[in-house]
Amino acid sequence: MSELSVQFQGVSKKYPHFSLDEIDLELPAGSIMGLIGANGAGKSTTIRILMGLVHQDAGSVRVLGHPMPADQAAAKLDIGFVSEDMRLYGQATLAWHMEFLRPIYPRWDQPYAEALVRRFDLTPQQKIKGLSHGQRVKAALLLALARRPRLLVLDEPTTGLDPVARKEVLDELMAVLADEERTILFSSHNTLDVEQISDQITFIDRGRIIDSDDKEAFLDRWRRLRLVLPPDGAVPRFPGIVQVDGSGRLPVLTTNNFEPAMVSACNELGATVQAVDTMTLEEIFVANVHSRRERLSA
Amino acid sequence: MHSSIVISQSDRRPMYQQIMDQIKQRVAVGEWAPGEEIPSIRQLAIALRVSVITVKRAYLELERERIILTQQGKGSIVAPDPDLGPRLYHEEFQEHLEQATRLGTLLGLSNDEIARRIQEASNRLNEDRLTKEIV
Repeated sequence: MSELSVQFQGVSKKYPHFSLDEIDLELPAGSIMGLIGANGAGKSTTIRILMGLVHQDAGSVRVLGHPMPADQAAAKLDIGFVSEDMRLYGQATLAWHMEFLRPIYPRWDQPYAEALVRRFDLTPQQKIKGLSHGQRVKAALLLALARRPRLLVLDEPTTGLDPVARKEVLDELMAVLADEERTILFSSHNTLDVEQISDQITFIDRGRIIDSDDKEAFLDRWRRLRLVLPPDGAVPRFPGIVQVDGSGRLPVLTTNNFEPAMVSACNELGATVQAVDTMTLEEIFVANVHSRRERLSA
Repeated sequence: MHSSIVISQSDRRPMYQQIMDQIKQRVAVGEWAPGEEIPSIRQLAIALRVSVITVKRAYLELERERIILTQQGKGSIVAPDPDLGPRLYHEEFQEHLEQATRLGTLLGLSNDEIARRIQEASNRLNEDRLTKEIV
């Protein structure tokens, strides 16, 4: 897993009302990365730069060994890309799309495509314009998967899907990983999906990467400490505490760098640690964005 | 065989711990026998629809506790230790005892008092069992 499928170094892009600043990103082959950010945080711009659809002002991008955007034609043979604004021909059927793509991509896997038609519960003879949103997403994903690309790039693949369709999509993404050479990058604001299947997680906010790590490290580093202070006791302060909530004698400390030694440090300062809570990825994301924005405005 | 592991999103314990606990249970009841081959990290991840890194973490911790063995390039097996099942039960028993003792101490009970209460609980359970057998 040492080979990198995606590498961004100091990538910047300026727009009149938004800029992407100094993005560094590394995605090892064989893993899944979830890109999490609020709407307008820069997820789609990052993905468009990765695909060579938008050219960066500065910095270097390599995808599957190809420098982007210079080498994008070669890179794209090996990338499957699905995004909301990607249009299929409304007047044509799914079967027509499959026949259209088949001769273009040498690795097109027809038996797999047909298996996906069944698993996604799609009707190949139906025209695209008659499909629901969920069916359209699954159709686009099928067309990308059947090419057996080494890298799958998915912009918000689960947004707007019903729970059944969401599960079908996540199941198929996991199945792709059975092949250790294949890599997935997907963006989402559904942190539950990301928490479940991602190996690597990157938080993006206001055009910057605010944190990027492997998922287990993320979940391990963040904790909430629920304290009980003695009367007139002060809230313990030490490095790694990013947020203090709660009230009076019952403060709740949030840390992004938990060490068991923090508990004894609190005890020495006279505070009793009632509980050390793990946090969900959603709670971590919100606390992360919140503490960073506070620091910037301070 | 591994599809019997179920991950719950409403369980507050981390996913790797849920996986560890369920594997331990399988080993404790003998469903996964000592020396038996178990799914590879990637296979189990795909079966459970959780990330590879989460299952890897669970396997690393299970190795540290000498419950499984991973051989480079050969996959993982349940540790070939015939006493593994009983050992896991003993460890669980020990944990529960310690938890009970901690609670007792919090309530201000003396060591003797705690011991007496455990004796009482044990007697009560035995009586219950006897009554059921008679009925």
